[in-house]
Amino acid sequence: MLDLTIAELSAGLRQRHFSSRELTQTLLDRIARYDAQLNSFITVTPELALAQADAADALLTQGDCHLLTGIPIAHKDIFCTAGIRTSCGSKMLDNFIAPYDATVVSQLAAAGVVLLGKTNMDEFAMGSSNENSYYGAVKNPWDKTRVPGGSSGGSAAAVAAQFCIAATGTDTGGSIRQPAAFCGITGIKPTYGRCSRWGMIAFASSLDQAGVLSRSAADAAVLLNTMAGFDARDSTSANVAVPDYSATLNNDLHGVTIGLPREYFGAGLDNHIAVSIQQAIKLYESLGARVRDISLPNSALSVPAYYVIAPAECSSNLARYDGVRFGHRCTAPRDLNDLYCRSRAEAFGAEVKRRIMIGTYVLSAGYYDAYYLKAQQIRRLIRDDFQRAFEDVDVILGPTAPTTAFLLGDQCDDPVAMYLNDIYTISTNLAGLPGLSLPVAPVNGLPVGLQLVANDFQEARLLNLAHRLQQITDWHRAAPLI
Amino acid sequence: MLWEIVIGLEIHTQLATSSKIFSGAATAFGAPPNTQACAIDLGLPGVLPVLNAEAVRCAVRFGQAINAHIAEYSIFARKNYFYPDLPKGYQISQYEHPIVGRGAVEIVLDDGTLKTIGITRAHLEEDAGKSVHEDGLFDAIAINDAATGLRYSGIDLNRAGTPLLEIVSEPDLRSPHEAVAYARKIHQLVRWIGISDGNMQEGSFRMDANISLRPLGATQLGTRAEIKNINSFRFLQRALEYEIDRQRELLEDGGVVIQETRLYDSVKDETRSMRSKEEANDYRYFPDPDLLPVALDPAFVNAVAAELPELPDALRQRLQLEYSLTAADAISITASQATAAYFNQLVQQIGDAKLVANWMNAALAAALNKAAIEISASPVSAHQLAALLARVQDQTISATSAKQVFEAMWAGEENGDAERIIAARGLRQISDEAALIAIIDAVIAANSQQVAQYRSGKDKLFGFFVGQVMKQTRGQANPAQVNALLEMRLRTD
Repeated sequence: MLDLTIAELSAGLRQRHFSSRELTQTLLDRIARYDAQLNSFITVTPELALAQADAADALLTQGDCHLLTGIPIAHKDIFCTAGIRTSCGSKMLDNFIAPYDATVVSQLAAAGVVLLGKTNMDEFAMGSSNENSYYGAVKNPWDKTRVPGGSSGGSAAAVAAQFCIAATGTDTGGSIRQPAAFCGITGIKPTYGRCSRWGMIAFASSLDQAGVLSRSAADAAVLLNTMAGFDARDSTSANVAVPDYSATLNNDLHGVTIGLPREYFGAGLDNHIAVSIQQAIKLYESLGARVRDISLPNSALSVPAYYVIAPAECSSNLARYDGVRFGHRCTAPRDLNDLYCRSRAEAFGAEVKRRIMIGTYVLSAGYYDAYYLKAQQIRRLIRDDFQRAFEDVDVILGPTAPTTAFLLGDQCDDPVAMYLNDIYTISTNLAGLPGLSLPVAPVNGLPVGLQLVANDFQEARLLNLAHRLQQITDWHRAAPLI
Repeated sequence: MLWEIVIGLEIHTQLATSSKIFSGAATAFGAPPNTQACAIDLGLPGVLPVLNAEAVRCAVRFGQAINAHIAEYSIFARKNYFYPDLPKGYQISQYEHPIVGRGAVEIVLDDGTLKTIGITRAHLEEDAGKSVHEDGLFDAIAINDAATGLRYSGIDLNRAGTPLLEIVSEPDLRSPHEAVAYARKIHQLVRWIGISDGNMQEGSFRMDANISLRPLGATQLGTRAEIKNINSFRFLQRALEYEIDRQRELLEDGGVVIQETRLYDSVKDETRSMRSKEEANDYRYFPDPDLLPVALDPAFVNAVAAELPELPDALRQRLQLEYSLTAADAISITASQATAAYFNQLVQQIGDAKLVANWMNAALAAALNKAAIEISASPVSAHQLAALLARVQDQTISATSAKQVFEAMWAGEENGDAERIIAARGLRQISDEAALIAIIDAVIAANSQQVAQYRSGKDKLFGFFVGQVMKQTRGQANPAQVNALLEMRLRTD
């Protein structure tokens, strides 16, 4: 049952080979039994899950259901869920229960998914290892001494460990794709504006985008179809029609041109990973795709630009956590200033504080032009690079991350080294483009991710390419032994 | 030394939209605390702003009314600072790219000449909430913790997110008087074009004044002080007068003015320092990534312009020209749309614009002023007043009686029906010449001594005879007629 795709599970549910309750209970049992080792969930909601499963089963007997009816999933704990705590991985929101659902949550709920719980994450989605969570680090299911990646590390670990069929995630600089790569699963970050940000707790508003972590591109297509679309409550959501992503999964790859940016295959990339990627490139050629070298000359500027823009936005976005209306409040404040200072000092972790300070600095009078404005100009150059490349190629291919999952604690003392984990993923967010990571040949028993990037709103193309490779390979079927 | 006063005003006017600028919560005034604040106004995690199109329309209307450049693209920015009544830790405002660019209005100076006052810009922004302190007005919110002795402040977020248009003038104003005239002009305009109720008690129209002094003839501006949050024209005048005296004394004593924010205390009639420039926040403005730039279609901008009513200045000029009204009369008649409509209705029924203007600016204005109500709430409608003025015109009643009738109408006597009040009070004027001559002759006969004195040159006694006639007619004699007839009868013989 656990190895089935969503389409297969849905068929099984409709044909009553098994019930949603049975499926849900199986997964809840796995979580109860094994998640102590991984720490992938912050909140598990078994009673609610079983009630939703029973409701799904009732619908399934009547027929005329959505493909997702009765399918158990998990939400990253950044998506607001009415009545269920949404912590965002922070002590600040340890007591926060939103009175509303995120649009992504309500759309999936309307399709009849079963919610198993809320997954662990780096605090306020700031991190690349999931070690920055108030609720403790998440372990990589392939090697529990290693990180699962971040910030959607809980979602990635939970999907890889088969605690849930799929999970939602968010990606600001690689937070879906890098953990998907580290955990050997498929993760897609759609075009900026494709999924509504309503009810998704903001880290860096101009970069944040919701997406899916799943075991296959075919599964991701089903979920993304349900999550995507225009939402009047999010001014930045795109009023662009959502195609049927499943319909084009099997499209032929003859005539498709794949670009290989030379900047993504240079120094800094692990040699073994390069070999895995090359092997996948050969497979794409065998499927009929043409490959050519391209250049994204401003790639090297993406990490510095990102670490100006994202902290700037976060310094402002996180100002609302002031201990006044909700969230953590220090005890017995002496005065207003004390209330602010201690509430925030007590409840934010080190990485969040670091970014708030960087962001406050780069927006300060006298520094704005030198940092924030300059970074925005670089952002434009990076987007121009991609637009030029897409005049010649349909998709851009490269590694998702420069290394495989690293050891827990290994990069904690060096924020810059940690930031470089996202060197291949960050530019996609700056350009607003869709990106997907899928597993290719592992290195030393650890998963390796291959990243595909396409032009605006070409998610169907990404899912098509990923699915075609998954039809002729088994890497995505591999599951860790827990 | 002679000093030149330089004043610029920033006026925050609340826009008359039914919902807030970035949320669907209502904007009505006076609801119980925090009942008109939704998740967006509270700044809960994950919420997002969506711009209210009606607020944009209001801003464009204003821009058109002051002949300003309307920006094709304007941008919302975040103004970052911490305060308990600022839920998100930033105010969404416009900074580098406001929706309304440079424009101007004209004010009328005391000598009747016009002065053009430049408007630098007008931009959209959201209002903050209100902090309510324990010893403040709303005891219901204050929590008195007897056990700890702690004092509390409450926060009311009903106002948070209310749309404001901040209108920034050039430093073109040269006296408190001009500043008040300009502020009144803007107040008139925003109400005239229907974008704000301008209610000053409810905080719908708040003024900040920047003021500095410089030696007469100097070209460089002096250091300014900013007086915040003035909510009446009278306080604006007094705050500026106080501040001018303060700065002049300071400068003449060889001191310097410090750039700072000051508050006007209307009870003590003085301004006090609130914070200096050094203590000022670094607001770290940057474009709000949650909102797209506001892109205005020229067709929309033109459509808004086409919907504008005739503006007060144009109407004032037309009234002066068409009806030969004085500037002062025309200004007060164009004080608001309601005043102008009242005038129009009266003129249509009565014809005599001068008579109408006199009545509106004297008896009616005094009564409205005394009752502190708007013309729209006047107990005497234009239609009712027209009935009274018609009787003045045809001399059925005297001017003195007319005032009496008006007071009775105001008080609601006879349902405000002028005819019935005139009848009930017997105020119909005696204009019958034969009747008047009979009364006059009787008066002459009864006062032969005074008649002799008058005829021998004591002209002052004429008034005595008028008084006697009026006494006999209980004031109902047509005074002009009485004068003429008396003169005639006293002269004969």
